[in-house]
Amino acid sequence: MLRFSKDHEWVHVEGDLATIGITVHAQGQLGDVVFVEVPEAGRKVAAGEAVAVVESVKAASDVYAPLSGEVVEANGALADSPALVNEDAEGKAWFFKVRLADKSQLDGLMDRAAYDQFVAEHG
Amino acid sequence: MRYLPLEDADRAAMRAKIGVGHVDELFKAVPADKLLGELPALPNAKGEMEVERELGRLAACNSAAASVPFFVGAGAYRHHVPATVDHLIQRSEFLTSYTPYQPEITQGTLQYLFEFQTQVANLLAMDVANASMYDGSTAAAEAVLMAHRVTRRKKALVSGGLHPQYREVIETLSRWGDAAVSTMPADPTGAEDIASRIDGETSCVVVQYPSFYGTIRDLTAIADAAHAKGALLIVVVTEVVALGLIKPPGEMGADIVAAEGQSIGNGLNFGGPYVGLFATKQKYVRQMPGRLCGETVDAEGKRGFVLTLSTREQHIRREKATSNICTNSGLCALAWTIHMTLLGETGLKRLAEINHANAVALADKLASVRGVEVLTGAFFNEFTIRVPTDGRNVIDALAKRGVMGGVPAARLEPKRRDLHDLIVVASTEINTDADRSALATALAEVLR
Repeated sequence: MLRFSKDHEWVHVEGDLATIGITVHAQGQLGDVVFVEVPEAGRKVAAGEAVAVVESVKAASDVYAPLSGEVVEANGALADSPALVNEDAEGKAWFFKVRLADKSQLDGLMDRAAYDQFVAEHG
Repeated sequence: MRYLPLEDADRAAMRAKIGVGHVDELFKAVPADKLLGELPALPNAKGEMEVERELGRLAACNSAAASVPFFVGAGAYRHHVPATVDHLIQRSEFLTSYTPYQPEITQGTLQYLFEFQTQVANLLAMDVANASMYDGSTAAAEAVLMAHRVTRRKKALVSGGLHPQYREVIETLSRWGDAAVSTMPADPTGAEDIASRIDGETSCVVVQYPSFYGTIRDLTAIADAAHAKGALLIVVVTEVVALGLIKPPGEMGADIVAAEGQSIGNGLNFGGPYVGLFATKQKYVRQMPGRLCGETVDAEGKRGFVLTLSTREQHIRREKATSNICTNSGLCALAWTIHMTLLGETGLKRLAEINHANAVALADKLASVRGVEVLTGAFFNEFTIRVPTDGRNVIDALAKRGVMGGVPAARLEPKRRDLHDLIVVASTEINTDADRSALATALAEVLR
């Protein structure tokens, strides 16, 4: 089950490992993605910190860590094929994986229904 | 559109909003002794001829660079600029053109910028160059900020051979970015061991080549030492003509090169406008400041040029932009690229050879003047001499004899007593044998 942040990131949790990417809605807003910068493994991140960059033909946006922890892996495939973000935002185009410092932070995220409603209300 | 001046109530509202009691508080960063207080007594009106006469009289008090034997360098160099350069840059299509946001109507501007970038990248032996910065010093400071972004560190290690004013610009920009600047002691002879000072917190090493004092050293070992600690090497060049002869920074492992381009195509211009050159490795291009012009094809497959990677820039990226520079030194860059095109690779090499030969001839001549010691071993067109007294007095005395003999180090480093007897002397292709003799003779008189 995916959880979602108000900054349009999705989170998939297995044990204490969270896989993070940007939502289908977010990639649609950005348009054709031409560049992705992901954090290096080993970096300690805090919830709300800008840790990655996604750049499209019309905008560049920060991607925030929705949860605190340590980056254990980043998706190197995005550097060579940034278009993956448009093709499979909530699957193959994951950005990075974080070993969670505090699983209770998950409670602050939305489920799919709540996120869909958030998008409908806020655009 | 009507012009509605502010009224006292508007000013009071603005001051209240930003918490300023009196407008003078906004100027408190200006040192008190630099404030004029009241305007000097000037006549209310004069005829045009009278004004011309008076201004002509005042202008004649100057020793213009072109009117005397001139050996002043230290970051700004008097070279011959072919008449073609001025003629071409004054075409209105170039002279009045604005930032090329619309590629469909600005192909001429975009093409010369693309060629400028190509020439800069070739000259410095770097992967990619931008469409220019304001000048060498701000380019150097931007290079430091870029290194901080790339390395996520905040400490710059600055060579004692860097131009003192460049160092000050780096310090000023760093102060507002909460970044540290660690400076090596002044290094007139190029003997400093900067590599051993690099540590795990160092984001970049900033080295000038040739140094402010004129020395040339291979920077490969410094690059290797920096890279071993995860730091970048920033190479600063203030006299790009040197690169017609000496190894380019890119071949010694430079990660970023920041240079002053004034020597090519641009006059002394009383200190500005100048043109900063900025180049880096391909892998750092997205952290680069400034405009970048790229080659592409249009809908019909024809070659064309556009501004590219603009998402780094402030008009799109706002506060996350790589820099607040939103423009470039367009006309100076055009002058640079026209002059460089006229020279070609062979011409640049020949120009560099003449510069070096002239400087060697001058150094030999000055070394024979009693009391003068030439400190610099390997140099290009500029070197440092030691005199038995304060260099500022020597330069003033030379000026009274109609010779502009160089730049006393103490003028740029007034607090450094150990540098007070040093003078940085430059000789370009403009200097003749007669000029060199005039300096040697005047110097012998002054030191007698």
